[in-house]
Amino acid sequence: MFLTALSGALIPGWALQLSPEVASRAQFGWTISVHIIFAALSVGLAPFIVYFTWKDVRTDVERFTRLRSFWVKVFAVGFVMGTVTGIPMSFQFGTNFPQFAEVAGELIGGPLAFEAKMAFFLEAVFLGVLLFGRERVSDRTYVLSSVLVGVGAWLSAFWILIVNAWMQTPRGYEMVTRNGMEVAKLTDPIAAFFTPRMPWMYLHMVNASVISVSLLVAGVSAYIVWKKHDAMAWNAALRLAVLILLVTAPLQAIHGDAYGRHVADTQPQKFAAMEAHYETGTADLHLLAFPKSVDAITDPRAENLFTVSLPGVGSFLASGGDFDAEVLGLNEYDESPPVAFVFWSFRFMVGLGFLFIGLALWGGYLIYRGRLSESDRYLKAMIAASPLGYTALLTGWYVTEIGRQPWVIQGELATSEAVSTTLNGTEATLTLVGFVVVYLGLILVALHILRWFVEDELRELGVEVPSDDRWYGPVPKVSDDD
Amino acid sequence: MTETLLPADAYLVDVLPEVWFAAVMFALAMYVVLDGFDFGIGMLYATREDEHEKETLLTAFGPIWDANEVWIVAFGTMLLAAFPRVYSRVLADHYLLAIGFVLALLFRGLGPEMREQRDDERWQRYWEYSFVGGSVLAPLLFGTLAGRWVFDVPTLSLPALMTGGVLVAVSVVTGTAFVTAKSEPPLASDLRTYGIAATLAYLGGVVVLLATVVRTDAGGAADTILSLPAGAIVLLSVIAGIGGIVLVRRGRYRAWLVSALALPALLSLLVALLLYPTIYPPTGLTVREAVVSPLALNLVTVLGFPALLLVLWYFKFLYGVFSGPIEGSGYET
Repeated sequence: MFLTALSGALIPGWALQLSPEVASRAQFGWTISVHIIFAALSVGLAPFIVYFTWKDVRTDVERFTRLRSFWVKVFAVGFVMGTVTGIPMSFQFGTNFPQFAEVAGELIGGPLAFEAKMAFFLEAVFLGVLLFGRERVSDRTYVLSSVLVGVGAWLSAFWILIVNAWMQTPRGYEMVTRNGMEVAKLTDPIAAFFTPRMPWMYLHMVNASVISVSLLVAGVSAYIVWKKHDAMAWNAALRLAVLILLVTAPLQAIHGDAYGRHVADTQPQKFAAMEAHYETGTADLHLLAFPKSVDAITDPRAENLFTVSLPGVGSFLASGGDFDAEVLGLNEYDESPPVAFVFWSFRFMVGLGFLFIGLALWGGYLIYRGRLSESDRYLKAMIAASPLGYTALLTGWYVTEIGRQPWVIQGELATSEAVSTTLNGTEATLTLVGFVVVYLGLILVALHILRWFVEDELRELGVEVPSDDRWYGPVPKVSDDD
Repeated sequence: MTETLLPADAYLVDVLPEVWFAAVMFALAMYVVLDGFDFGIGMLYATREDEHEKETLLTAFGPIWDANEVWIVAFGTMLLAAFPRVYSRVLADHYLLAIGFVLALLFRGLGPEMREQRDDERWQRYWEYSFVGGSVLAPLLFGTLAGRWVFDVPTLSLPALMTGGVLVAVSVVTGTAFVTAKSEPPLASDLRTYGIAATLAYLGGVVVLLATVVRTDAGGAADTILSLPAGAIVLLSVIAGIGGIVLVRRGRYRAWLVSALALPALLSLLVALLLYPTIYPPTGLTVREAVVSPLALNLVTVLGFPALLLVLWYFKFLYGVFSGPIEGSGYET
């Protein structure tokens, strides 16, 4: 598809390029998918960094110095990646969706500006101190810097989710005509900023970030422990990550269930898409669903699926206790979100969520038996699970965002009306291809660097690592005098 | 923060729209001044062969570039918060320039950070290309965008491209002044030649740019440029530029830094002057017409201004921690 798009972009007149709307949506979806990985890394890793830094400064025990140094390096790379992928995003509201920026500017501009001023600056300034200031500031200021970096990351999520929650359940405004355009005018800031969706989203997202990063920390630690069972620092890190998962993984399921009920109340269309519920009536809960045919993947209607379902439980969950409650079906609406995306994403997210609970309980049992670092089977399972937190987080985000379609502001502004009218298909396709290539490169670079960090750590621990530290890229031209 | 606490039908003070125009322009000036010297360091980096000198340049801006860069986000989001019509139209109308700029910024930002991750010649060389390339392109594209915005001209026109060019030149001036003030003789005396050349190029560029705009009356800006305030800004720029050259020849590097930083600040002031009161010439919208309603602006004022003061305090702290001459490689964690 991208090759077709590229040829269309390079040779205008071929008319193979995407429409501005499709290209803009793909571009925004893609950039946010990459950005969210790094943003969640900052949010989820921040508490670990604070803990390691505090223990390191206070106790001066070697294993905390090692853990702090390792994870601060990861944090720094993630933060840089988050910054460089986030800045283009902050401008895409204007470049690709100017109608949205103009209609919603009065409501979303404030929180976005507060994010920059209250959160992003805080994180960037004190990360500078955390990375380069160990010898230049007092111990106390150094620990405080790590706390402020963490506060910055969590505040960032807070302001961004205020904007997103408003887009899901908009209120606190009225539509007025300004300069010949219908725009939203702020009438009640508290209603607009603290929408009923806000607390649900914030807890779910922050907890998802902590789970994702705990799985990453556990996976990296498990790998190092698997290579060297007596690596004290990494045994401690693995244990810490498992203990955090024991709290956060079940919390996400309990909270997620209540959040789902809230979605059923406020965005019934999204809820129906999550369960592929077409006809209004009693809703079943599909615990497991497998497609019978290729069609069933793109159009997941119950008759096309092998399902293991609990009759009426969909109604029970949506209504908070009534098995016979009527749940609105997708057929009630003129336009539906892309149901397949939402339905399968939701299944991935929930399935993985239960897998995490299982892994946490298994780890908890091993800790109780004092055998956490000895069970090779558990170590391997955690290594395999290390990217899955992010998979769950991304699919969860797709449920939220794709599930809101065709609206960009629920019930108020359609995505198709938000896209730039001055943008042409060639420009939109060209920049989409550019973002795909560049951001894909960034992910590869980030993975490479994480691998190097782990290999360096193993070498430090005296484990034989094949000397594979050359970068096998193409050879740049080198002038004679180099 | 509801209507009982904040007036919904009138601005807290009558001139609040103008205050916000000034605040947005202040964020722009902070960006042009602070990230400007980061760009300058990126360009000077291309002239260095010696590994120690390269490390010195990276150490000079390592702890601060990220924070400096946040000013572009502050500028963008403040513009969106106060003047959403201008934000959306400026970005939509300059689509490729805006995307090109943010991608250049991406490569500039990654370059030095990624370079430090691996002691491998090829890896490092590629990230150096990314660093230098991004450092040249980002101010060039941002300046060209600003030129289009202010003068209402096409991208491939003298006023737009010259605005990009003068932003590149002034970045070299401030980059050189910043590094020179923080480093020792061999590097400092070597770099200052670039600073002097860039100052002359900048002043020459500004004069040619303004003469072109007056001659063609691009964006109807001729009258403003020929007015007394604009004349004063240009005169002050010439004094700061020439004075800077005198200071650098006498080896007074800290004083030079002050006069060098005045150049992009004055340039931003000139942009503000040209954009007032018609904040986006193609739409003919004035500051008063483009600004958001009273309640929204009152709210961002009450919450945003204390936050802005706090940010300035952070910067004072950050620059204080990393003040003084550059030592060591500085990249240990």
